[in-house]
Amino acid sequence: MVAKRVRVSITTLILLIGSFISLFPFYWAIIGGTNESGKIFAKPPVLLPGNQLFENIRNLNESIGIGRVMFNSLFVTIVYTILALVVSTMAGYVFAKFNFKGKTVIFGIFLLSMMIPYHAIVIPVFKMMAAWGWLGTYKALILPNIAYPFAIFLMRQNMMAVPNAMMEAGRIDGVSEWGLFTKIILPSSKPALAATAIYLFMYQWNNFLWPLISATSEDMYTMPVALSSLFGLSRIDYGQVMAGVTLATFPIILFFLMLQKYFIQGMLGSSVKE
Amino acid sequence: MRTKVFVPYLFLTPALVLFAIFMGYPIVYSLLLSFQTSVSGELVFTGVDNYAKLFSDKIFGKALLNTFIILIVQVPLMLFTSLLLATLLNSLKRFKALFRVAFFMPAVTSLIAASIIFSIILMNDGILNQLLGAVGIDPIPWLSHPVWAKVSLIIAMTWRWTGYNMVIYLAGLQNVSESLYEAASIDGATRVRQFFNITIPQLKPIILFTAILSTIGTLQLFEEPYTLTKGGPSDATITIGMYLYQTGFRYFNFGYASTLAYVIVILIGILSYIQFKVTGDE
Repeated sequence: MVAKRVRVSITTLILLIGSFISLFPFYWAIIGGTNESGKIFAKPPVLLPGNQLFENIRNLNESIGIGRVMFNSLFVTIVYTILALVVSTMAGYVFAKFNFKGKTVIFGIFLLSMMIPYHAIVIPVFKMMAAWGWLGTYKALILPNIAYPFAIFLMRQNMMAVPNAMMEAGRIDGVSEWGLFTKIILPSSKPALAATAIYLFMYQWNNFLWPLISATSEDMYTMPVALSSLFGLSRIDYGQVMAGVTLATFPIILFFLMLQKYFIQGMLGSSVKE
Repeated sequence: MRTKVFVPYLFLTPALVLFAIFMGYPIVYSLLLSFQTSVSGELVFTGVDNYAKLFSDKIFGKALLNTFIILIVQVPLMLFTSLLLATLLNSLKRFKALFRVAFFMPAVTSLIAASIIFSIILMNDGILNQLLGAVGIDPIPWLSHPVWAKVSLIIAMTWRWTGYNMVIYLAGLQNVSESLYEAASIDGATRVRQFFNITIPQLKPIILFTAILSTIGTLQLFEEPYTLTKGGPSDATITIGMYLYQTGFRYFNFGYASTLAYVIVILIGILSYIQFKVTGDE
């Protein structure tokens, strides 16, 4: 009994240290964002939040126009998440519940494309956008990744769990195919929808390379691009940067914490079922 | 009741059309680009010239070497830590969900935000060196020394992805039958032996899955060196992903950049194949 208790304590201690390492950088960003620039490197270190947050945010606003950047990020991410969710739900549903000619080949191509790095796609997409005059527009930021294979895969894995009998019953009652999808399938795949939604939200909110390339003017910058532009300056105001990091992290953490139960379930669903 | 034949295709149309335009076509087009070189502003086909150029390109050599060093050290280190944490967490009765969220948190933030915080923590007079100083260790030039800069990248990547993989392993552990461990305990096998003789073999397919995902991620490594070290000092942390970005979007050499992109594709293919062969013998 004693040995067991010791083991549990050691386990808990290791996990506590691990959690501390996981969470400390977030805490440090808050400390930095609420203190003056110099305090981040003070000796001995300042470990408590200060009262400079609003001052830092005001400076940040002067540098990058935080309102505009926040709006860009939120607008692009929300519109993207909705559109991509619709597209990947419809596709995932088909792969989970229908048999049709070409299914294996099409699904195989989707799966294989997940192994193709984004780098191999980005140059042609950039050239295409340039030719269409879309660079520096919301269209360019939102549209290219809407058919996102991993989201389709995630929806498919999770929708396989919806019982076929429910669909058969609907068909016998004469429900149309679209009605079947919206009235039976969608309501019973809420956890899968939540999981995919967070995944898509996270992907787009954090996306860096594509916005960096396609947002050709500062007023089209998203949070990560604006932050990195701030960090690249020769004289860096660290209080400002850390306030920016905190602001960029806050919405995504909030979104994740609200839906984390579904998210982890959904992710598990996709990795464990073969 | 039979469904009409065209129904699945209708549902699939938006995904297929968008995929064809924004992924299918670019994948093929960039393969074509990789055989072209810019001659006085015009892209012309020059056969395998770009691929031949790789062999004499010193920066590419460095980028390839750096990427591999990071891959070989970071992926096993991270996956082992994830597996260990998952095992520990799985044995816990209380606070499981809380720890899971704490460990997963880094995977939720943007790479840029995370890299910025890390670069501030790792600066010469940053908090980490101050803490080390408190226990009598001299400041470490985390970001300005060729070896330490690589270590910094590895730390940042491990911080971000360990919890993500841990969550995947936790799910896998739930499918491992409890009776295996009970039998082993009766036979007197220690926890450590159980970890190596039961947990790891039972989770083999999932370990393979995470190893492939991590390999793909590392080969594309871009944001961390872009923010943390800018590829320096003197190209000590330049990665293929970063070299590709510089070639394509700083020097606008789309042909050669596409060649680099296909080098990544080929490497991912080869390494995934090897991992399949080594780990999954059936």
